[in-house]
Amino acid sequence: MKRLPEGFSLFVKKTCPTCVLIEPLVQELADAGTQLTVYSQDDPSFPAGCERVIHDASLEFSFCHHIETVPTLILTRDQKEVARLAGWHREEWESLTGLDHLGSGLPGYRPGCGSLNVAPGIREELELRFGAVRLAARRIEVAPMADDLETCFEKGWTDGLPVVPPTPARVLAMLHGTRRQPDEIVGVIPPNNAACSVEKVAINAVMAGCKPEYLPVVLAAVEAACLDAFCMHGLLATTYFSSPVVIVNGPVRQAIQMNSGVNALGQGNRANATIGRALQLVIRNVGGGIPGGVDRATLGSPGKYTFCFAEDEENSPWESLSVQKGFDPGVSTVTLFPGHGIHEIYDQLSRTPESLARSMAGCLKAVVHPKICMAADVVVVISPEHAAVFQAAGWSKQRLLEELHSLLQISGRDAVRGADGNTEGLPESYADVPWIPKFKKDGLMIVHAGGTAGKFSAIITGWIASGAKGSQTVTREIK
Amino acid sequence: MMKEKSVLLDPTAERSSAEREILPRPKSLSGITIGLLDISKARGAVFLKRLGELMAAEGLTVRYYEKPTFARVAPIELYQRMAMESQVVVEALAD
Repeated sequence: MKRLPEGFSLFVKKTCPTCVLIEPLVQELADAGTQLTVYSQDDPSFPAGCERVIHDASLEFSFCHHIETVPTLILTRDQKEVARLAGWHREEWESLTGLDHLGSGLPGYRPGCGSLNVAPGIREELELRFGAVRLAARRIEVAPMADDLETCFEKGWTDGLPVVPPTPARVLAMLHGTRRQPDEIVGVIPPNNAACSVEKVAINAVMAGCKPEYLPVVLAAVEAACLDAFCMHGLLATTYFSSPVVIVNGPVRQAIQMNSGVNALGQGNRANATIGRALQLVIRNVGGGIPGGVDRATLGSPGKYTFCFAEDEENSPWESLSVQKGFDPGVSTVTLFPGHGIHEIYDQLSRTPESLARSMAGCLKAVVHPKICMAADVVVVISPEHAAVFQAAGWSKQRLLEELHSLLQISGRDAVRGADGNTEGLPESYADVPWIPKFKKDGLMIVHAGGTAGKFSAIITGWIASGAKGSQTVTREIK
Repeated sequence: MMKEKSVLLDPTAERSSAEREILPRPKSLSGITIGLLDISKARGAVFLKRLGELMAAEGLTVRYYEKPTFARVAPIELYQRMAMESQVVVEALAD
């Protein structure tokens, strides 16, 4: 810690117009016999004619004394700061220095400028150099001629797309997105069951391209993925297509500007794209879930790069997914659904809820296989134009769910192996069951999202081992 | 201008070496293809030709490759072809 000398210390930079404005004051203070030391951040010859200028080129003094604005005037007595002024305000300066008519001819008040030590990108470098922060992760040195980005590929840290190289400064900036301590363990990540700290999540969030304010969402998603009910190990190891689908609810959606509207399930929004990707990178890098290793997917799906979106709660006629899951509307949550896809629901003509529900049920019948029941869960993403049909008729979400369940009954005779000239199907013992529900009672979930034009909704299909026998949908509060 | 050395933080669980691990060595050379890469250094081709003859006499399969110049990295087409056709490569480095 660099101590300030007794008397007055003035922090300035030449590129600040207010600092230039008050340059003559330095002479006035010297003439009055004031004990003054000036710390110039950017130019040792500024202020002109001052004898005691310390060039704070490394910004260590500025950092250690938390200078946020220049000019800042600090009074030190008995090695303790007793007063501090930021910017130029004649009356305050006169009061603190005890001098009258200070800076006569100058305007009475001018705000200062941002101090160099708090400039974006510099703050973290200074914290690493002079602060108390210590990051625990292994430091990988990249040779002078080597490219950081290529090094990330060579180390096997990427999903196949470029990642942002996780430099200590970027990771520290990411950690500013949470109040949680870097060494706090978030969870044990399958398949290698590796303990994962907040710092490791932050490193992977940097690589995914997240902003620091996304980190709490990523942390909640990682926690959710580690829940036993979600069965991340099995979901990763399966030959099936599925992977975590991240659905975000609550105020955080707007705070971090997630997309729940036009192209909600598509590309183009940084938060949507990078939060889902950060979770995948944690599973890959911390958990060791590598395709061809424990990840045995036959085909996989594009959602294994990232699949994350927000529900459009504001324009929805119904309660949100997280409210259905028992959370208050003001609480932000992530829901992880073990899924993939999507499959479309096309209906441009239905104007009654009964007809539209029939279109939806028809499309839902094909999930997994037309003859397979009670296997995969689904999330149905209802678009605004489709939702409006149900809203106009006064249908609640529960009413729609009941209608869909009642339409999605398949006769045992049609579903069993061999029926319809098709070997695939349910075991023969189901032949005498009159009606088998296509989906489990809680296996149909509805969320509202999408652009305002287009009479299309979407089915996000789940893992064939959905539910208690495999992976259950889990919701976690974002803190 | 040279880029300075940089530091990255390891995103993994740190259960393996930070250095890139070498691929597992083959237990035997029989049944695989051995690439012999002449990097165009003087007399490298002589050494590799003799080595290839001795290997062939042992019943091993060899393929010859040649870099246009030792001063530059191999053309992409050459190293892709070597990677596709050979499982191990011997190169003659110095004259």
